Amino acid sequence: MQIELTDQPIDVAAVLASVQDDGAGAVNTFIGTVRNQSTGRRVVRLDYEAYDSMALKQMRRVAEQAQEKWPMLRQIAVTHRKGRLEIGDVAVVVAVSTPHRADSFAACQYIIDTIKEVVPIWKKEEYEDGSVWVAAHP
Amino acid sequence: MKLKIALFGIAKEIVGSSVLDLDTPDQQSVAGLIDQLRAHYPALRELTSFAVAVNSDYATDDYQLQERDEVALIPPVSGG
Repeated sequence: MQIELTDQPIDVAAVLASVQDDGAGAVNTFIGTVRNQSTGRRVVRLDYEAYDSMALKQMRRVAEQAQEKWPMLRQIAVTHRKGRLEIGDVAVVVAVSTPHRADSFAACQYIIDTIKEVVPIWKKEEYEDGSVWVAAHP
Repeated sequence: MKLKIALFGIAKEIVGSSVLDLDTPDQQSVAGLIDQLRAHYPALRELTSFAVAVNSDYATDDYQLQERDEVALIPPVSGG
């Protein structure tokens, strides 16, 4: 299990390599990237802020929950970026390996979906004419 | 007792600082702390939600805070 939070560009190939496992017939990866628009506004860049110690603890817990739900999981890696990101940058990578593909899809989706719900990381969208903390207000 | 509360994201902007030193009653629950903060900073009421974390875990409303606890306000998260 490899859990990381970094202010440097994520090396996707290195994350993938970390879940390589001779007992796995499937590797599934989710890569979250910065897109150029949000609710119709043109996004210039994103700023991610994290509560580092809690974010790492919660990401690890999500991975442990996935391991309990899918005991056949061989390897799990989660890397989340923080700081300033430009359009196209990789914000998060989740990679898992399992013996068969169906479990790898399910576990990977569970991990990214749960991370988005519980991990204390905040995204501020910067527009040409202002900025907004995403999801802060109804 | 005195609590040191870590602030992030929109909560940091509302309070105007990344750390808040707060005097609270000695027997203060998480729910009581939330009420106290909303009274001091009405803009916190306008958030979709906010949670309190104690020692890097989400705390329940009835948790009794201790002075040595590491306390943080967690506005709606938006990672990923």
